[in-house]
This record gives sequence, structure tokens and C-alpha cells, in this order.
Amino acid sequence: MHMHKFEKIWLVFGIGSLLVFLNVVGVSAFYMGNQPPSCLTTIDPEKVDTTKPFNKPGLHKVEGKDWDYELVFVASAFSYNPAKVVVQKGVKVKIMATTKDVIHGFEVAGTNINMMLEPGYVSEYVTTFKKTGEFLILCNEYCGVGHHMMSSKIEVVEK
Amino acid sequence: MRSTTEKMKVDPRDAKLSMAHFYVAFIALALGGLAGLLQVLVRSGNFQLPAPITYYQVLTVHGVLLGLVLTTFFIIGFQFAAMSRTAGTLSNGARKSGWLGFWLMTIGTAMAAAMVLLNKASVLFTFYAPLQAHPIFYGGLTLVVVGSWIGGGAMLTSYVRWRKQNPGKVSPLLSFMVVVNMLLWLVATIGVAATVLLQMLPWSLGLVDTIDVLISRTLFWYFGHPLVYFWLLPAYMCWYVIIPRIIGGKIFSDSLARMSFILFLLFSIPVGFHHQLTEPGIDPAWKFLQVALTFLVVIPSLMTAFSLFGTFEMYGRQKGAKGLFGWLKMLPWGDARFTVPFIGMVTFIPAGAGGMVNASHQMNQVVHNTIWVTGHFHLTLATAVILTFFGISYWLIPHLTGRVLTKKMNKLALIQGCLWAIGMIFMSGAMHAAGLLGAPRRSSFSTYGGSAQATEWIPYQIAQAVGGTILFVAIILVLIIFINLAFFAPKGEQEFPVGEAAETAEKTPLIFENWKLWLGVTVVLILFAYTIPLIDMIQNAPPGQKGFKLW
Repeated sequence: MHMHKFEKIWLVFGIGSLLVFLNVVGVSAFYMGNQPPSCLTTIDPEKVDTTKPFNKPGLHKVEGKDWDYELVFVASAFSYNPAKVVVQKGVKVKIMATTKDVIHGFEVAGTNINMMLEPGYVSEYVTTFKKTGEFLILCNEYCGVGHHMMSSKIEVVEK
Repeated sequence: MRSTTEKMKVDPRDAKLSMAHFYVAFIALALGGLAGLLQVLVRSGNFQLPAPITYYQVLTVHGVLLGLVLTTFFIIGFQFAAMSRTAGTLSNGARKSGWLGFWLMTIGTAMAAAMVLLNKASVLFTFYAPLQAHPIFYGGLTLVVVGSWIGGGAMLTSYVRWRKQNPGKVSPLLSFMVVVNMLLWLVATIGVAATVLLQMLPWSLGLVDTIDVLISRTLFWYFGHPLVYFWLLPAYMCWYVIIPRIIGGKIFSDSLARMSFILFLLFSIPVGFHHQLTEPGIDPAWKFLQVALTFLVVIPSLMTAFSLFGTFEMYGRQKGAKGLFGWLKMLPWGDARFTVPFIGMVTFIPAGAGGMVNASHQMNQVVHNTIWVTGHFHLTLATAVILTFFGISYWLIPHLTGRVLTKKMNKLALIQGCLWAIGMIFMSGAMHAAGLLGAPRRSSFSTYGGSAQATEWIPYQIAQAVGGTILFVAIILVLIIFINLAFFAPKGEQEFPVGEAAETAEKTPLIFENWKLWLGVTVVLILFAYTIPLIDMIQNAPPGQKGFKLW
């Protein structure tokens, strides 16, 4: 099939850029470990309150792991438990969250923490807060009439 | 003997079928547009809906009417006209199937709409489980899909008949494109049909207690991404085939146009995970694979951009244009049939760039479910696609009703296109900006208990209300033009423009019509991208979830 010379140049340049782009994304994902939250752990949505670690929502110091703290959240229409936490700047935190009822979002505004909470699944993300201040946690997946009221707070303080 | 060669005019019986679809589509535009206006006003913080109407009910109306009803009805109506014009008048059987499909879709829409208005189905147009709507809502959606299958089947039989009567010949380009789009639709809707029929209907009827949420979402997004290409391809038909004729030029290359459509068929389905990047329960390696497949649609998109601007430049230079960009001046800017879709075409450039951010493995986390995404699809669907659809209706409606587009209406249409562009710059621009700051999509006005971050978003929400109001004025203009062209414009002959390939172009190879090959590759790609992750989801499924009605 005939192609115009300019079209060949255009497509070679375009496909070349695309390959560079996909390589950057791929190296970031598989070599540097920047994968989107994709936890494979499941949970019985009826028994969230009695299943570890969700029986004790909040911030917990842990020893001998790659992270310093575990921050446990339980979501249900239309709130998060806990409603506010204080975290030190610069410490490594593993956020673990799940939902008791419908799908909710877990977005910390102004950060890259953004994950879906789905009944039956645990969502996890390891992060370090680098700036102090108050950050809004909000539900960004429609969950019902009180969806826009569903929020919590993370206050990041100096060590 | 019944002739099935190309006709200059759509047969009046086929025209009636197309027009039936357009009436429903434009009623949906009026009501859905009004719902959109109410939403931006509420979200500015300065307006409240009268009880008992809720924001999320209005949001469901907006999404269902504009995202599902307007698009599907317009596309089916347009494609029937395109088949009748290029592959010959529909057979009586095909036309009857067309009417059956139309009535099934209309009854289904009425069923779903009734449930939404009674507040029994405020689940938005994505209807994610375990929010549980009334069974009649799911039943209505099923009828819409089944109706579209019957309509699509009628189009396919028209194409098969043409092939039989013209053995060894290359099919008309527009008919070929319609066939690609309907095959894409048939393969894609299997996913949504599966989740609605096998999961949601039995669960909402109480036959089973629980539902597997992740499988349901996966089936939905198997359908949800090709859905956007089902919207886009009719706009591409206009850009590739119709616009060249309107400006008086030639189609850049028939073969390349067919190739880009085939590539869309292959690469638009095995990519649904890029809507599920932040979800638990899916291995990130499979997410990455689908991300890579998603980006392959960049190739046909680049080909399309080249062809379109190639056509424009060739035409301009033929008219004696000088210099690097002199040909731009030669284009018929005073013709709404060209200019309105052209605004859509240009919008597709930033829209595509934003889409690359959304589908990126990591960057997605910055914008997922923020109002950035809403801003994105108001550039793709609600500008690039819909302005092209409006541009099509400005000649197709009078063609079908035996009237003409007058100078006055043409001028009004140009104003409509410009107002749309201005309104969308405000609304979509503010949505993109607020989304980067973290403002969520699909949420009513909220200060989140006086949060400093949420306060920063409010000026952007006011800008959205300004843009949304301008867009609503543009919708009123569209409706005035539609009513004029359907009932009041002077009688006459309005051309159905269909472009021809440039004389220098080579003969189109027949390989493009080898459907066994293309459907085979499509199925292999889908099985490759989905089989193992789906088996994983089934084998490692958590206990199911019961239904909730939280609105």
C-alpha cells in the first residue's frame, strides 16, 4: 500500500515517540516500583470490624517492616474511620483501607494517593508525606446521597 | 429489478427511519442539556435544587440522556442514512428490523427514564454495583442494547447484500466504516450485556443475594472504553468522507482510511483496565499490558490527523494558496457544515493529549475520579464528537426532510459552533485545572467542613457554571435549527455529501474486507488481555456483596 513520504516520516516520528513514552512508563513501573495501587488481598465485607487490621482503625507503629507506620482506614457510607489522623513528616506509612458497603474512593487531595475501595478487597499504598499541613481525604467515587460529605483529614506535622 | 448501487438521495422510507432516531436524540439533548445546566449551577454553590429533586438524580439524567441515549440514537440514525445512500436503499426486511430496533430502544429508554425520575435508580450512567437500582432500570438498559443489535444487524445485511451483488469489488467507504463501527459495538456490548443479564438483573430481582463487584466492573469497562470509540468513529466518518466533499476536495487515501478504522476495531477493546488502574484485585502487570495496548490507538489517530490536514492542504494549494499555511485561508469558513465539525476536530488535539495522561500507568493516580476526567470527556465526546454530529445534522436533517439549510440558519449554526467553543474553554478548562488540585468528579457542592483545599476549588466551579450556561445557550440554538430544518425550512434539495478518493490514489486492496481475519485478530487480542486476569478474579473472589440503595 502506497504511503506519502511525509506520512512515513510523521508516523515513524510518532511511533518512535510512543515507544520512548511506553518505555519510560514501563521502567518506572517495573524497575523503580511505581505501580498503581493493586493489592490482591481479599476480605469478607460483612466481617470488616472483626478482621485484622480493620478491627483497629488508626495509625499504628510497626517494627521490622519496610515501613514505619500502618495507617488503617475503614470506609462506609458516608464517613471514614478515623475522622482525623496526625502523621509525622518524612516517615514511611503504609495506608490500608477497605469498605463495608458500596464502592468508595480514597483520595488525599494535593498528593498522589488515590485509590478505589471495593467491597471484598483491601487497598494499600505505601507513601511518605513530604510536606506539612492539613490534607483533605475525600470520597471520589459516587456512593449515594451523602457522597459529597464523606471526608477525613490527615495532618502532617514536623518530626 | 431492485438496484442497490449508490444513490444520490436517501429513499424517503429510510429517511423516515433515520428521522425517528433523530427526534429521540434531540429530545434527549434538550432534557440532558437542561440537567447539565442545573448541575453546574448547583456546584457553583449559589443555587439549590427544589426538593425532592437531588443532585445525583439530575446527574443520572444528564449522563444517561447525553452519554447513552443521544449518542446511540444519533449514531444509529446517521448510519442507516449512510447505508441507504452508499449501499443502496434498505431492503424491506432490513427496514422492518430497523423499526423494531428503534422501538425496543425507545421503550427501553422510557423504562430506564421512568425509574430515574421516580428516584429508584440514582446510580449514574455507570450503575456500579453494589448500588442497586430497580430491576426495570436494568431491563430498560437491556432493551436499548438489544434494539441497537437489531438495528446493527439490519445495517450488516445491507452490506452483505451489496457485496453479493458486486462480487470482487471494494465496498463504498462509508458503508465499510459503518460495518466496522457496528462490529465494534457488537463485540463490546457483550460485556455490558453479560454483567446486566447474568449479574445485576438476577440480583436486583432477589434471585441471588450477592454480586461480585470486581467482575461486574471489569465487564462494564470491557464495554466502557470501546463505547467511546463507537461514539468517535461516526465523527471520523464525517471527517474522512464527508468533509472533503463539502470543501470541494478529495479523500486523501481510501486505503489509509480503511486501515485506520480496522486498527480502531483491534485496539479499542482489550484496554478496559486503564479505567481500573487504581483498583485492588488486578495484578499490575496485566494493567500495564492493557495500558500499552491502549496507547496503540495513537497510531490510527496520527494517521487520521495527517489525512485530514493533507486533504485541506491539497485543496488549498489546488486553489493557488501560497506559503506554508496559505491553504488555511482557502477553506470555506463561512460554511457551518465544515466549520462546526472543524472546531470539533481541533479540540480533539488537546483532548487526545489529556487522554494520554489518563491512561498512563502512574499519572492516572493524579487525576483518577477528579473533575479533570469530566473536563476530558467534555472535550472528546461533548465537543469533538458532538459538534461533528451537529455539523452532520445541519445537512442531513434537511436532506431527509426534503428541505434546505438557509443562509440564516447557516449563520445561526456558525454562532452555535463558536459559542460552544467559548463555553467549553471556560467549563472544560476550569474542570481540568480544579481536577489537578484534587476536586472530585460527580459530587455535589461541598466545602468538606470548611477545608482550605476545597475552598480553593470554588472559583473554578463558578467558572464551570459560566461555561455551562454559555453551552446551554448554544444547545438552545441547536434545537432552534433542528426544529427549523425538520419542520419549517423551505422545501428543496440538500446534498448528502460523499467524498471521492483522489485520482492519484492507488486501488484499495480487498484485504480490508476480510472480516474473518480482522474479527479473528480482535478476539485473539481480547482473549490475550482478559483471560488470565478474569480467571484470577473468579478463583480468588471474596464473598459477594448484597445490594444497597443509598440515595
